[in-house]
Amino acid sequence: MSLRAVIAAHFQQVAQEQRRQLSPLSDDLRLLQSGLDSLSFALIVARLEDALGFDPFDAPQAVKFPVTFGDFVKLYEDDRRQPAAG
Amino acid sequence: MWLWEWLGPNRTLPSACLHGVDATIPLQALERASLLGDRLERLRGRSVVLAPRDPLTAALALVELDGVARRMVLCPPDLSPKHAPDVIAAAEGEVWLDDRVGAAAALEELRVEGPVPKHGAVTRRYSHATEWVLLSSGTTGVPKLVSHTLASLCAALQEPSYEMNDTVWGTFYDIRRYGGLQILLRAMRCGALVLHGPQESITDFLARAARAQVTHVTGTPSHWRAALMSGAAAAIAPRYVRLSGEIADQGILDRLRASYPNARLVHAFASTEAGVVFEVSDGRAGFSAGLLSGQQAAVGLQAGVELKIEDQRLRVRSPGNARGYLGGAAAAPLSDRDGFVDTGDRLELRAGRYYFIGRAGGIINVGGLKVHPEEVEAVINAHPRVRASRVGARRNPITGAVVVAEIVPADPLEVRPAPETLKREVLELCRERLPAHKVPAAIQIVERLELSAAGKLVRAEV
Repeated sequence: MSLRAVIAAHFQQVAQEQRRQLSPLSDDLRLLQSGLDSLSFALIVARLEDALGFDPFDAPQAVKFPVTFGDFVKLYEDDRRQPAAG
Repeated sequence: MWLWEWLGPNRTLPSACLHGVDATIPLQALERASLLGDRLERLRGRSVVLAPRDPLTAALALVELDGVARRMVLCPPDLSPKHAPDVIAAAEGEVWLDDRVGAAAALEELRVEGPVPKHGAVTRRYSHATEWVLLSSGTTGVPKLVSHTLASLCAALQEPSYEMNDTVWGTFYDIRRYGGLQILLRAMRCGALVLHGPQESITDFLARAARAQVTHVTGTPSHWRAALMSGAAAAIAPRYVRLSGEIADQGILDRLRASYPNARLVHAFASTEAGVVFEVSDGRAGFSAGLLSGQQAAVGLQAGVELKIEDQRLRVRSPGNARGYLGGAAAAPLSDRDGFVDTGDRLELRAGRYYFIGRAGGIINVGGLKVHPEEVEAVINAHPRVRASRVGARRNPITGAVVVAEIVPADPLEVRPAPETLKREVLELCRERLPAHKVPAAIQIVERLELSAAGKLVRAEV
């Protein structure tokens, strides 16, 4: 499964658990208009860390918060390409 | 008040024994012999740090020292050597009493060989109202020195009067801690006591307690969960089961009720600083709101105890309150100007009953919403396939923190549900009973949870 598909699956799973109506996931979907609240995003990030073994928000340099679903996926893709930091 | 006198007729009964790991000593042995012998006079009027590793030796020493020493500091066996100088300084310690050699080189040392009293009988004479000092395990590691008198320690033991009986107490607590000391004093006045050794496993302790035909057993909810987990809980058949020192949630109460159907099941609220405050014996978590409106006798409030709630926190004024902290300017006042001790324990009123929801300061902040780990643990522990749980925080870039949980399954490995099944069931239960921000974001299955020396769950600083 591609990274994008893994992330999308977590969005759908959390939306279902939190009983939230998730908008169709496209790259230009603004996260704040996706139907999810901040707790949902917190859960997605925590679960992705467990599933993937890394958390791009935890990078040493300040991370720009993603605005769209495309930004969010790119954040994870870019982090995965970095050599593992100590 | 003098302990030697307060022990009363129990001092002469052959049944009044203290059962240590290696020896059983009847209290009457102290009538015919002495642990400290002639050296006791050297300690008269002085500040003594009581630090034997063996709890039975310490118990007999404190009987001899009360009324003799000016101050007596009860050190639990796990006191870190790096904290010993702080304890000595705060207590203005003059003599270090130990059953080991070289434990505190900076101080005059008196080595005691126990637990069997080998010296000839001494004339017991009261000269000092001994100050009893207990170490309160602060969450940050540095112990606080809490000053009591024998009268404040015995405040909860005066009424109702305890009559001679065949009570055999057992306690998972070390007797140098408030919960254990309460039981030691109670047992020495009426009955016998099985003491838990510092290195003794729960299984070995329960086997020894069973041999002594223990009737009354006390410990923290975490002690009891460990006992149920050990598989040895069925070795004992107590008439009385008591929990204190942590929040007793409905899950542990129900399990103890099932394990000991004929026992009186009591959970008590007590702390080193506030003393014994009340007992709840209806088998339900929390306590009746009547406790705060003066229906004392009906609901188990100790005599002379007054309660108030401010900022959701329980505050207590009682003859059992400690007198203060030791340690000069560094010591914070123990009570407010009206004499109420802030227990730091937070309460919530639901349907005429107060529930402890956790410690002030232990709160997890999930995007500005507060979560007490204990309230989530209470829900998780209600799941029949969970033995124990610990809830904590994990840093989160979105909400600052999210709630995470570790759970110990109740069943042995071979009959346990698949981890994913158990996690799903626990999450479903949490979602049913808790608002979304309190539901764990992740659950980890573990075989055991670390307990502190005081028998409480070790919590990471949030």
